[in-house]
Amino acid sequence: MMKHVLSLLVALVILGLPAAAQERSGPLRIEITEGVIEPLPYAVPDFVADSAAAGDFGRNIARVVASDLSGTGLFREIPADAHIARVTSFSSPVQFADWKAINAQALITGGVSVDDAGKLVVRFRLYDVFAGQEMGQGLQLVGTTDGWRRIAHKVADQVYTRLTGESPYFDSRVVFVAETGPKDARQKRLAIMDYDGANVSYLTDAASIVLAPRFSPTGDRVLYTSYESGFPRIYVLDVASAGRRVLQSQDGTMSFAPRFAPDGRTVVYSLTSGGNTDLYAMDIGSGQSRRLTRAPSIETAPSFSPDGSRIVFESDRSGTPQLYIMPAGGGEAQRISFGQGRYGTPVWSPRGDLIAFTKQSKGRFHIGVMRTDGSEERLLTASFLDEGPTWSPNGRVIMFTRETQGAQGRASLYSVDITGRNLRQVPTETGASDPSWSPLQK
Amino acid sequence: MLVAGLALGACSSAGRFDDTNAVDLNSAAGMAGTAQDPASPMYFQQTIGDRVLFAVDQSTLSPTAMATLDGQAQWLMTNVEYNAVIEGHADEQGTREYNLALGARRANSVLEYLSSKGVSPARMKVVSYGKERPLEICSDESCYAKNRRAVTVISAVPTS
Repeated sequence: MMKHVLSLLVALVILGLPAAAQERSGPLRIEITEGVIEPLPYAVPDFVADSAAAGDFGRNIARVVASDLSGTGLFREIPADAHIARVTSFSSPVQFADWKAINAQALITGGVSVDDAGKLVVRFRLYDVFAGQEMGQGLQLVGTTDGWRRIAHKVADQVYTRLTGESPYFDSRVVFVAETGPKDARQKRLAIMDYDGANVSYLTDAASIVLAPRFSPTGDRVLYTSYESGFPRIYVLDVASAGRRVLQSQDGTMSFAPRFAPDGRTVVYSLTSGGNTDLYAMDIGSGQSRRLTRAPSIETAPSFSPDGSRIVFESDRSGTPQLYIMPAGGGEAQRISFGQGRYGTPVWSPRGDLIAFTKQSKGRFHIGVMRTDGSEERLLTASFLDEGPTWSPNGRVIMFTRETQGAQGRASLYSVDITGRNLRQVPTETGASDPSWSPLQK
Repeated sequence: MLVAGLALGACSSAGRFDDTNAVDLNSAAGMAGTAQDPASPMYFQQTIGDRVLFAVDQSTLSPTAMATLDGQAQWLMTNVEYNAVIEGHADEQGTREYNLALGARRANSVLEYLSSKGVSPARMKVVSYGKERPLEICSDESCYAKNRRAVTVISAVPTS
C-alpha cells in the first residue's frame, strides 16, 4: 500500500568556477514581509537528461520545482517560450545576458541521469542572474525513480531557502479525511498525500466515520478518531505499515480531538463522560491517563506549544467557545481570545509565536492567527465554513478545510499564507477535510 | 456489541425520509412491527417519536421534548427486552470538535431525563455524531432545526 520509503542522499557537487562575477550591492534575496507584493521572476528550464533512461524526468522535475516555487506566491516563473538561451548541458556556462534580457532574476539549471544501480541522480544550480554568479553551491540528490517528485521538492526547498532565508516546506505530506457520497451519508477515509496533492494513498476503508487525523512530531504515526467500535475512540496508526491500534478507553465514554505532545509519547485529547467533555493526557506507551481539566463546560481541541510546556485549547466556560492556555500538566488557564465571536480549534505554530484558530462570527467562518497572548488577531480567510487550520513545517502557510453551502455542499482543502495572501485550493480527487501537515521529511 | 452494531447500521441507513426509521426494520433482530402495535419498535419511532430537537447551542429539553421523552420512558419500562442508544447530533454551524461535545451534551440530557423517569441507566448508552450525520442537508435554519436532535435508537437485548 505504501511505497514512500525513499532514502535521499544529498551531496555537494564540486564543479568548475562560476562565470565572471559582476558588482552588485547585496545578494539576491526576497524578504517575506507584509510588503512583498511583486513576486520575484525566475526561470527553470527543463533539467537536462543525459540519457534516454533519464527520459522525461528532466522536464517533470523542472515542472514540479516551478509549481512549488510559483505556488508560494512569492515567485513568478518566466515561461519557457519566452526563454532566449537554451540549456543543453548542465555544465555549460550560463548565458547571463540572455536571462537578463527576459528579466529572470533567478535561474535554476539542472541535470538528470539514471545510474548503473537504477537510481535517479539529479544535480542543480541556482544563479543570481543580475549578479552573474551562482548562489550557494550546486547540489546532487540521489533517490529512487519512483521518488522523483520528492527529489524535485528537495530542489525547490533548497531554492526557496536560499532566496528567502526561511526554512522550507515542500518535501512534506498531508494526512486528511477523503470524503465521498452525499452530505447525509458521507463516507470518510483516512488518506495521505504529498503537500501539493500528489501521490494520494488511503490508510483506512470507509466502513466507519473517521475524523481529524494528526501527525506525530516525526511524521511516523497518525492519531485519529474513529467510530469503528460504534463510539468515537482514538486510534494510532503507523504510517509505513498502516497498522493501527485503539488507545485505551473506558466503556461509556467517548474520546476524540487527540494531538501528540512534542515528545511523541504523550497524547492530549478530549474525553466525554456523563455528557461533560474535559481534557486528558495519556502516555501512549503505558496507556496511563491523567485528567487535565475539571469543569462542567466543554474543553476540547487541545494543542501543545512547540516546547511542550503549555497547551492551548477551546472552552465554553465563559458561555461561548473561546481560547485558553494552561500549563501542560493542567492548572490555571488564561483566556486569550476576546474578539467578537466564537473561537475554536487553536493550533500552536511550529515557530511558537502564533496560534491559528477557527472563528465564527456573524454567520461566517474564518481562519485567523493571533499572538500567544491573544494580541494582533488577524483573520486570513472568510467563507460559509472554514475550519481546522494546520501549519506548514516552517510556519509560513496554513492549510484548512473549506466547506461549501447547501445540499450539494462539499469539503475541500485550501492553503493561505500567514500574510492572508495566496489563497489556493489544494487539488484532491475526492472531497477532503481535516488536513494535518507533516514535518519536513528527512 | 449487537447494540453498537445496530446503532451504526441505523445511522448509515438513516437516509432522507421524513419519518426516519432509525432502526433497520429488515434486520434479523425481530424489529418488525407496525405503528399500531404498541409493543413494536415502529410504534416507538413513529407514534411516540424517537427524537427530540434542541435550540441553537443548547442541550436543555423543551416542554415538547419532555412530553416525547415521557412516552419513550414509559415504552422502555414496558418493553424491557429493548435497550437504547441515544445519539446526539448538531447542525453544521460549529467546529467538528465542539459539535461532538455539544451532541454528547444533548444525548446526555435525554439519558438523564429518561433515567429520572425510571429507565435504568444500564439499558442506555450515549454517542455523539456531532455534525457528521445531518438528516436534512440544506444550509438554513429549516434544516438546522431538524439536525439539532437526539435520537433514541432501540435494539433488542441480545439473548444469550
